Amino acid sequence: MKTTPIKTVIACLVFTTLASCTSVKEWQKSRINDGDMVLGNRRVEKNELNFQSYREGAAGANAGKTGGGCGCN
Amino acid sequence: MKKISLTLIGLYILLLNAFSQTIKDSSLYKARPLRLDEVNMVSSYYTQDGNHSAVTGGIGTEKVTDFSNGIELKFVGVDNQLRKHTLTTGAGLDHHTAASAAYVSKTGASKTGGTRIYPSIDWTVENETKGTSFGIGSYYSHEYNYKSFGGDIHFSAKTKDKSGEFGAKFQGYFDQVTMIYPSELIPTATKIVNPGGTITITTASGRKKVVTTSGSVVSGDDDYNNLPTSPRNTYTASFSYSQIVNARLQVMFLLDLVSQNGYLGLPFHRVYMSNGLDTIEKLPPTRFKLPVGVRANYFMGDNVVFRSYFRYYTDDWGIRSTTANLEVPIKVTPFFSVSPYYRYYHQTAATYFGPYKTHTLSEGYYSSNYSLSAFSSSFYGMGIRMAPPGGILNNEKIKDMEIRYGHYSQTTGLNSNVVSISMTLK
Repeated sequence: MKTTPIKTVIACLVFTTLASCTSVKEWQKSRINDGDMVLGNRRVEKNELNFQSYREGAAGANAGKTGGGCGCN
Repeated sequence: MKKISLTLIGLYILLLNAFSQTIKDSSLYKARPLRLDEVNMVSSYYTQDGNHSAVTGGIGTEKVTDFSNGIELKFVGVDNQLRKHTLTTGAGLDHHTAASAAYVSKTGASKTGGTRIYPSIDWTVENETKGTSFGIGSYYSHEYNYKSFGGDIHFSAKTKDKSGEFGAKFQGYFDQVTMIYPSELIPTATKIVNPGGTITITTASGRKKVVTTSGSVVSGDDDYNNLPTSPRNTYTASFSYSQIVNARLQVMFLLDLVSQNGYLGLPFHRVYMSNGLDTIEKLPPTRFKLPVGVRANYFMGDNVVFRSYFRYYTDDWGIRSTTANLEVPIKVTPFFSVSPYYRYYHQTAATYFGPYKTHTLSEGYYSSNYSLSAFSSSFYGMGIRMAPPGGILNNEKIKDMEIRYGHYSQTTGLNSNVVSISMTLK
């Protein structure tokens, strides 16, 4: 299977990141647990995600709409 | 010497006692019924304009305003097996006006506004000892031309060291599209004169009524006067894996598999053929979507966070797209942050898209909906987040507040602005 250079770079970044994981104790998680570090959309972004799925052809992989639920997509 | 020894022994015993005391969190170790734990509210005001309305065949105003409001109540309890139960109930109310909706009627006399109501409920059970959770959810949506009923099951499991978490969600939407056609394209009913002199009228969707020559109804289907509907079903399998890499970096990988079938267009979207004939857009009855995303959040120094997101999307309608988003919250104080952001999006056109007066009837499927065209877009703006320990405006119940503004523009000429506010009450 022919793999483009960008896919190879992305795969390397993913594996390097996962391979460099270190154990983080609970008392070291003050930054990880910060409100701005939440791994997901902010609540305030909810309606932005909706209008992006209405006006664009793509949807999904962001905990937002993937299709259905309204007459918009 | 004896006094010093006794004093030292006494101090040592006090020291041991201090470390042997544990502060028990009674909420973790005692069953308690569900009680209201948190209330979240989000409101947004959205305005847009453009010149490629799908209602008028890819030309004409796309002016829209939308006022969206949502509230979510979270109830938390602990059962006898010390599992945490979270019941989340929500309701949303959107009111929109769309200038192009007036032209569902050829004369521009159709109504331009509408309201959508969408309640939801979710119940999740979490075993904090095992690091697993399981839940079910259900939702309903109603607007004048669309009804939706959906449900999902979801579960998650953390790794042994609790630094990673795998999540999966299986969701279905079972919708009904009300077949509101452009006024000049409403299918005509057939009339048959019966031997007794009455007339049987049959609509294009198969509903019947029998009337006298003067128009009085003799008999008819109960739903004769209701607009027909067409089903649309969406099935989604979502997978995610998050990992804490080190004390400053965490990442998440996301994958959705989406399958849709049924009526996937909208019956009031016109298409003007190259010969001037106007008709209704016609799209395939199935669609498969595959988006893949990755998030990476990094805390640099003591005051700056980098929140990044990248997505690649492909589907069997021919659309390929990439999305890249970067937000940089800057902590002015530990409780107040300012977050500028930028999002770039690019997509190729769907196979069935064509601008105004470019399609021919020999094509099996055709649409002039510019959300299926090739374009790039930019979305940028700024948000502020406040979460002081004493609460917003010294009200302990208002835990945090966020306000966010964004400007969106497409290379198709569509522009929009959105301002949102969210609050959490505890």
